[in-house]
Amino acid sequence: MADASSLPTSARAVVVGAGIVGNSLVSHLAELGWTELVLLDKGPLPNPGGSTGHASNFIFPVDHSKEMTQLTLESVRQYQEAGVFTQSGGIEVARTEERMQELRRRVASAKAWGIDDVSILTPAEVKELVPYIDESVILGGFYSPTVGIVDSLRFGTIARERAQAKGALSVFANTEVVGIDVERGRVTGIKTSRGDIETDTIVVCCGVWSPRIARMAGASIPLTPAVHQMIDVGPVPHFKDTKGVIEFPIVRDMDTNMYERQDGSGLEIGSYAHRPILHDPEDIPSNEEAALSPTEFPFTEKDFAQQMEDALELIPDVLNDESVGIKYAINGLLSLTADGLPLLGETPEVKGLWSAAAVWVKEGPGVGKSVAEWMTHGESEIDLQSSDIARFYEHQRARQHVRARAAEGFNKTYGIVHPAEQWESNRNVRLSPFHARERELGAVFFEAAGWERPHWYESNAALLEEYGERINRREAEWESRWWSPIINAEHLAMRDRAAMFDLTAFCIFDVTGPGALDVVQHVSMRQMNVANGKVVYTPVLSPSGTFKSDLTVMKLGDEHFRVVTGGAHGMADLKWYADHLPEDGSAQITDLTSAYTTLGLWGPRARDILVGLSSDDLSHEGFPFASCRTIELDSLRVLASRISYVGELGWELYVPIEQGARLWDLVWEAGEPHGVVPAGIGVYGTTGRLEKCYRAFGFELDADFDVVEAGMAWGRVKTPDFVGKAAHVKHREQDPVAALCTLTVDDHSSKNGAKRYMLGREPVLSKQGEPLVDAHGRRSYVTSAGAGPSIGKHILLSYLPPEHAKVGEELLVEYLGEQYPVTVATNDSTPVFDPENARVRS
Amino acid sequence: MTVLVFVEPDDELSLQAVTLARSLDGEVHGLSIGPAQAPVDVLHVAEIEGTYAPAASAAALVQLIEQLAPTAVVAPGSDRGNEVLAHAAARLDLPMAANVTDVRGDDVTRQRWGGTLLEEARVHAELKLLSAAPFAFPVGSASAPGRVETFVPDLTGADTAVRVVETVGASTGGVALADAKVVVSGGRGVGSSEGFAILEELAALLEGAVGCSRVVTSAGWRPHTDQVGQTGTKVSPDLYIACGISGATQHIAGCKGAKKLLAINDDPEATIFSHADYAVIGNLHEIVPAITAELRKARGG
Amino acid sequence: MRILVAVKRVPITGGKMVLSEDAQSIQTRHLGFTISPHEECGVEEAVRIVEAQGGEVVVITLGPAEAEDQLRECMALGADRAIHLVSDEEWDAQATASALLDAIRSEEPFDLIVFGNESADAGNYQVGIRIAYALGLPVVTGLKGLTVADGRARCEQEVAGGRDVYDVPLPAVVTVKEGLNLPRYPSVPAKLRANRKPVDARPVERAAPKLEKLRLVVPEGQGKQAEILGHGPDAAPAVVEVMQKLGVA
Repeated sequence: MADASSLPTSARAVVVGAGIVGNSLVSHLAELGWTELVLLDKGPLPNPGGSTGHASNFIFPVDHSKEMTQLTLESVRQYQEAGVFTQSGGIEVARTEERMQELRRRVASAKAWGIDDVSILTPAEVKELVPYIDESVILGGFYSPTVGIVDSLRFGTIARERAQAKGALSVFANTEVVGIDVERGRVTGIKTSRGDIETDTIVVCCGVWSPRIARMAGASIPLTPAVHQMIDVGPVPHFKDTKGVIEFPIVRDMDTNMYERQDGSGLEIGSYAHRPILHDPEDIPSNEEAALSPTEFPFTEKDFAQQMEDALELIPDVLNDESVGIKYAINGLLSLTADGLPLLGETPEVKGLWSAAAVWVKEGPGVGKSVAEWMTHGESEIDLQSSDIARFYEHQRARQHVRARAAEGFNKTYGIVHPAEQWESNRNVRLSPFHARERELGAVFFEAAGWERPHWYESNAALLEEYGERINRREAEWESRWWSPIINAEHLAMRDRAAMFDLTAFCIFDVTGPGALDVVQHVSMRQMNVANGKVVYTPVLSPSGTFKSDLTVMKLGDEHFRVVTGGAHGMADLKWYADHLPEDGSAQITDLTSAYTTLGLWGPRARDILVGLSSDDLSHEGFPFASCRTIELDSLRVLASRISYVGELGWELYVPIEQGARLWDLVWEAGEPHGVVPAGIGVYGTTGRLEKCYRAFGFELDADFDVVEAGMAWGRVKTPDFVGKAAHVKHREQDPVAALCTLTVDDHSSKNGAKRYMLGREPVLSKQGEPLVDAHGRRSYVTSAGAGPSIGKHILLSYLPPEHAKVGEELLVEYLGEQYPVTVATNDSTPVFDPENARVRS
Repeated sequence: MTVLVFVEPDDELSLQAVTLARSLDGEVHGLSIGPAQAPVDVLHVAEIEGTYAPAASAAALVQLIEQLAPTAVVAPGSDRGNEVLAHAAARLDLPMAANVTDVRGDDVTRQRWGGTLLEEARVHAELKLLSAAPFAFPVGSASAPGRVETFVPDLTGADTAVRVVETVGASTGGVALADAKVVVSGGRGVGSSEGFAILEELAALLEGAVGCSRVVTSAGWRPHTDQVGQTGTKVSPDLYIACGISGATQHIAGCKGAKKLLAINDDPEATIFSHADYAVIGNLHEIVPAITAELRKARGG
Repeated sequence: MRILVAVKRVPITGGKMVLSEDAQSIQTRHLGFTISPHEECGVEEAVRIVEAQGGEVVVITLGPAEAEDQLRECMALGADRAIHLVSDEEWDAQATASALLDAIRSEEPFDLIVFGNESADAGNYQVGIRIAYALGLPVVTGLKGLTVADGRARCEQEVAGGRDVYDVPLPAVVTVKEGLNLPRYPSVPAKLRANRKPVDARPVERAAPKLEKLRLVVPEGQGKQAEILGHGPDAAPAVVEVMQKLGVA
């Protein structure tokens, strides 16, 4: 009984899935001028049976992630504009002291992302807002008055109809995708139960079904359906006289991983506390087979028993009433990913196949807008780098990996997650050739892109004695977690002598062929037409002149460039370069990440150590800074690159991965007389770079700030065109409205006397305690924080408005509910340690 | 060979049971409590004093079974038919197959889940006790029995101890749902108890009854007496108008006796349409009043 | 007042029945389970009687280990304890009655034994009646009204045009229909209490069935091709035309 109108034979783009994401997306695509759009869903409208249909539809805007907060705020704006948002306020309550600290941290995140209307409440204040709560079981609450609920189904209809009203969209419900045509790695069409459509663009917005649809094209959307339990109780006598859908703030009982919200005369109780219950995308029933909806599974009561006890304890006035019955209970399916973030963007496997999956109602419209912009302009206003589906390495797409991490992450939905928190499941997947040596040295491993990387070495504990007073010990448990004073000792040993770093996690790829120069020139901001043997550090810009990445390129030959970038973002960088390869096949990209290992050796003794192994000329003149060439170290031929991310003399040493262990041993033995130490990423990624004020992608560098603001607009703009050039030139002509500054903390003493050390992402305030906002409305917050052992100060980086970006300016930083005095040390890229950069050029 | 069929007076389901009995081998004998019309070869009319007493009917049936030694006993798939047959089965300690749609030797096909699922089963007994699934068999001409005989059962006090002592009127003022020629029925799509006003208006105009689906009674919009379905009333009107009803198994089981089904739903893929004879796609809140107005116009003209 | 209510675990089916590969059961992988609506009303009625008059409500089921969930549902509605005859197989009505009978006889006598008029899945219409005969008790079926007082039960049965009333002495067996009452939703404390109430699990062996299930079949030809009379209110004239044709206008 289908609608009589038949499918078009071709479409500019086909969006699959009419949930919150697909509907939002088509409306924004139409807004951006797309026409001949088709929206398909295998279920009926307006509720096709996906997760949107059973979502609890409330929105807490505050998240520790800037990206997720921005997406949520944008979504709220759209929901409000569509008239489907009802503000209710929301309170996250704490049952433990540790949680109270976490709530204070959330206040800081709120302020850092521009949400000022938040506060910490006493139990009595919580009780005043939520009279049915037993305030004696809580210690306080984090109140967000801007929390609200939305009608996500209604929003979907409004959004879809907007695109239809423009004549840009045809909608086909009850139409199932049965295949995707791919030719030479590119989408060419889609097959449905109603016929085929030719198209070069398909967007998979299929929530829990997304992996199944992507697989039809040979691509992967690595998510797993998982159960979220919800019950509805009522009628609640207390709510008898309430008028609207919601009058009382939504309560999140953080320590029990649950929420309670009024819904008319009823109360909805949801839980993330039960055991992780994962399902397979291939094993979701059809709309016809399902008793309720395909994503509403039968309630498994045993998994909710403890939650009922917990809820009863918090809100006995409602739940201890025998007349209040459990009217509805489901195991609702939602999408989980390995790192808890959405899966957005074009899939790296298939051109023209886009993903907008693992998105919840709270960020749906924001994602719709951002993905539409990305599809249109090649970038979005809100930086989606953390959600980029291209971020995964091969093993991270494995079903077992996704399931293990999703299961581990599920119970942390309301968890207190430390910024440096490490995953426990599915570790030891990628091991460097130095791994055995590192274990012997007592390395404490952190994971990066699946690699096990030493963060510090317990064998260096003896250095603590050597450096004594210069090493500060952290008193508070929170800052001591995932940290060791040994990091600072390794740092000092590096500055005094030399340190070896395992940099195997680097992502390495070669761009070769007659067209190679054009590719790297086009993608990189800095001049790539350099002499063979030069190493160039370059920002990679988005079309709007903000940061897509930053990385180094070695020119190894006339048609041979080697790109080296951070492991965490390497796969996205690889896709970005690949996306810019010429159609004529004159340039190729080869991923060498698993072919080469990198050993870093830096410190004043680095040259002395290598000289003992080599007859090559390693003098400053013979092997200047920012150059690379193959040298012989004992029996190995090694590609050495003289650059540094820690501000010291030294080299990155590249050898084929199977020769890595030999390289380690050679350098280790040669280094021993010089006092070389192994040092971890705690030094490389934090203390070493912060003393040098080196920026890091994803921290200082993202789509919110440009090169000028980041203080990296050195030299002239190169003549050849490159992505983002026009915008970059404009940025240079304008007066920047923010400048990346280095600050140092003047006093660490908290009210109770304990010294506290910021970890990053805290709001920076004026001396009067007011948030700093620049002319573009951006807040000043700490982009990176860490010790500067050589200067004896805690270092913070932050973008500041020009009126505050003055050396000597005194400001405050809010950390866990208290304010600490800080001073601007530098307001450009001048480092606080070795400001002349003499060391790297020694 | 003989087949015995239990019939009730003025009962369409009993005539359907006769059709099933006729499809089996043998002379068809009928048993009715009081006079009845049934196209059987021999109708045994038992006179039992007083009101309906299920055990007494069953005693009569068992005694006639003993007398006739039939190979099968068929009862209508009504509440009473199944009740009397179950009493007989208990008395005889024999298996009973309820709601049978087909018989092949010792094997039967019977309905489960209100008819949305069938079971093929084997009866391990010399005498098969079967009730005929409602509306699974056509009704032949309601011709008179070939021969009528009076049957006097031998009843004990226990057989008549449980009997109807009183019959009270139905509480509803309008046409009883089960007897209505037209049923205007509403589901989740009606939206609220107030939403039923337009259905009531149309039903009144057609001198029919208002029905509803199970979600509606669960939501408290209508009393359970209005519920059409597997666990509600089973209806067999000339026209069943399903408004905003999705077509769940439970509901279809109650309305499949309707001669014609008109479905009004805004979801063209709703399951109800695959059970419907006529379809109107769109918003019932606009369509139902339009039908009422059109009907008035047609009558006025 | 001691009341026994017999219940059965049945799946909550959707729009389409899907069979297991051996066609012996319906595919329940994606389905939830419940007690059928008739029996839920039976439990509710029993609980109301005991709440008013004192006594005990015992629920009994014959079913797989998972049927304990349904017994807990009943106890959350207010039943005091449960007897679970554990068997993974499906039993025919005669064997079911016989197993229940053994269990009932092992207990103190009940004043009232309540069944659903028929189970949602098998629809055999006979287990309660067989038990009544075996115990020599009066039985009334299909109740939509029940009043228990002074050692007697006044039973109301819905019939065409009204209600037939029966009046029987206790102890008695009754079978009930949905609509007898509106069952309560269990409260959170009731759920938690239910988890602590006793379930007496007893393994039982199935006798050879006299009505032997061979296989299940999903009936064909359910899908009719409906005649589309139109879209929206414009279809009204066509609808009235059909009504006139059918002689109901």
